[in-house]
Amino acid sequence: MTAVSAQLPRTKSRWSMTSPRVKVSRTIARLVLAVIVILFIAPMLWLLLGSLHRNPGLTVPLGGGWTFSNYSDVLNPTTFWIPLRNSLILSGGTTIITVICASLAAYPLSRYRLRFGRLFLYTIVFSTGLPITAIMVPVYSMFAHFNMTDSVPSTVFFMSATSMPFAIWMMKNFMDGVPVSLEEAAWTDGAGWFQGLRHIVLPLMAPGVAVVSIFVFVTQWGDFFIPFILLLDPNKQPLSVTIYTFFSSYGQVAYGQLAAFSVLYTLPIVFLYGVLSKYLGGAFNFAGGVKG
Amino acid sequence: MSASATTLTKSAPSPPAQRRGRARRGRSLARKVAPIAPALVLLLLFFAGPVIWSFYTAFTDQSLSGAGASSPRFIGLDNFRRMWDDPIFIQSLVLTVVFVVGSAVIGQNVLGMTIALLLRNRHRSVKAGVALVIVGAWVMPEIVAAFCWYAYLNPEGSLNHWLKAVGATQNWLYSAPMFAVILANVWRGTAFSMMVYSAALSDIPPDVEEAAEIDGAGGLRRLWYVTFPMIRRSIVTNLMLITLQTLAVFTTIYVLTAGGPGNKSATTPVYMYEQAFKFYNLGYGTAMALVLLVIGALFSLVYLRFVRVDEP
Repeated sequence: MTAVSAQLPRTKSRWSMTSPRVKVSRTIARLVLAVIVILFIAPMLWLLLGSLHRNPGLTVPLGGGWTFSNYSDVLNPTTFWIPLRNSLILSGGTTIITVICASLAAYPLSRYRLRFGRLFLYTIVFSTGLPITAIMVPVYSMFAHFNMTDSVPSTVFFMSATSMPFAIWMMKNFMDGVPVSLEEAAWTDGAGWFQGLRHIVLPLMAPGVAVVSIFVFVTQWGDFFIPFILLLDPNKQPLSVTIYTFFSSYGQVAYGQLAAFSVLYTLPIVFLYGVLSKYLGGAFNFAGGVKG
Repeated sequence: MSASATTLTKSAPSPPAQRRGRARRGRSLARKVAPIAPALVLLLLFFAGPVIWSFYTAFTDQSLSGAGASSPRFIGLDNFRRMWDDPIFIQSLVLTVVFVVGSAVIGQNVLGMTIALLLRNRHRSVKAGVALVIVGAWVMPEIVAAFCWYAYLNPEGSLNHWLKAVGATQNWLYSAPMFAVILANVWRGTAFSMMVYSAALSDIPPDVEEAAEIDGAGGLRRLWYVTFPMIRRSIVTNLMLITLQTLAVFTTIYVLTAGGPGNKSATTPVYMYEQAFKFYNLGYGTAMALVLLVIGALFSLVYLRFVRVDEP
């Protein structure tokens, strides 16, 4: 035992004395990383630079012609503000419904030993893996049959249902982290499960609730396929669909405006991700069950 | 909770009491699972509903217009027989496999692992800087990422502009459509694998690898025989998850090539969309959706084996 502890500092010092071989491999590692980063940045450049250029094509001529006019051109009601409102309604509505339903559903799954609890949880995890893209055709067919196409509430319900499995799974795992003993004290004071959930469990897992909310919101904000299929009226379509129409319907695409539009559409996500990344390190292990 | 507690503590109850106890237990179970109800109703109506609906529609000739729109007929296995004989559908399955293997299993997986390994023991600021760029590509809405790549790979795009120097310019989206969409999807999805592997690698106790190093195991051998086996679970789980995500990719391909030229990059989701909404064959499209769903379900079942469900 003493031998081991005596040996440790020696190996440490041997490691900190950088041998030429270590130095070379470190330089190679840095070089490879630099190349990867450059290759990753390259496709983004057009977006950032093009949005600020007076007349960009698909390449941005460097040197002169910088302007904010693309942004001001895009920021009009039909192109931006109405779709923005629709995006907020769709993503916000979905987030509210999903988070409320998921936190309620997670409670019994986290707190009681239920006969079908395990089966239910496995079904939930199984559903998180199903490709939503695949059910869009039958969903359209079903919605058409029941006259539910082009309806914002139906679309919100469908979006909520698709984000529900993962939300329940994350919520349940966060809730497992809140000790039951805290609620038991409340129960003896005569509080019901709902009061326990609302006043004790949810406040204690506030970061978890934030992670789930942001996750659901960001996912729906970025989703194109669901509203593309289910919403036909341009007055109901969110940014993701409007931006696609903008891209595909003009003979000569105004690339500067397309880039500016894309940046404006992406900004809220970047902001929310900044908030999320504070928690994501921990949430990632929880949520995906990735580390098993 | 209190109700079930009292029924449990009562020893050897008389028959009427037992019945009352069972009723009480039933009621308490109902109260226990009641919070699940709203989520369950939504899931049944809007998730299970469409899945079940697809089993019905796949066996009809439903279409968006014409006779099949108002009164679809039941046509048995015709859609599936048609699929079998449809060379473009078979090709779409092959292209889907190429897309999943190329962009997820090889591209995202290997690149994600490489970056995670290279970032180990780097300075915090290096880690943060690299992560910002890689994760930035991942955070972007899919359609914006697709625009970036559309502009990048276009004949007049940046890539050709730079390649002009070596005279290797070409219309990538036309001459190598699969390569283009695979590249775009690698770019978009690598962050996920990188984050999974960074988390897994950080959990390996450093002394294990140090011991291997002292025993004389070189870099690559150490990686293969010590590091990878230790994070085997993460690797398999990650492979399942990215396969499932990639199987369903529609927007990237639709914006970049729309399945073209011809059908050279029409993976099953894109071809399914085309059949259902461009050629109005809802029934046929749904049959394809069902095939896709079954493939997804199989992978999801494998994934399930690696997930630990904790019960109270």
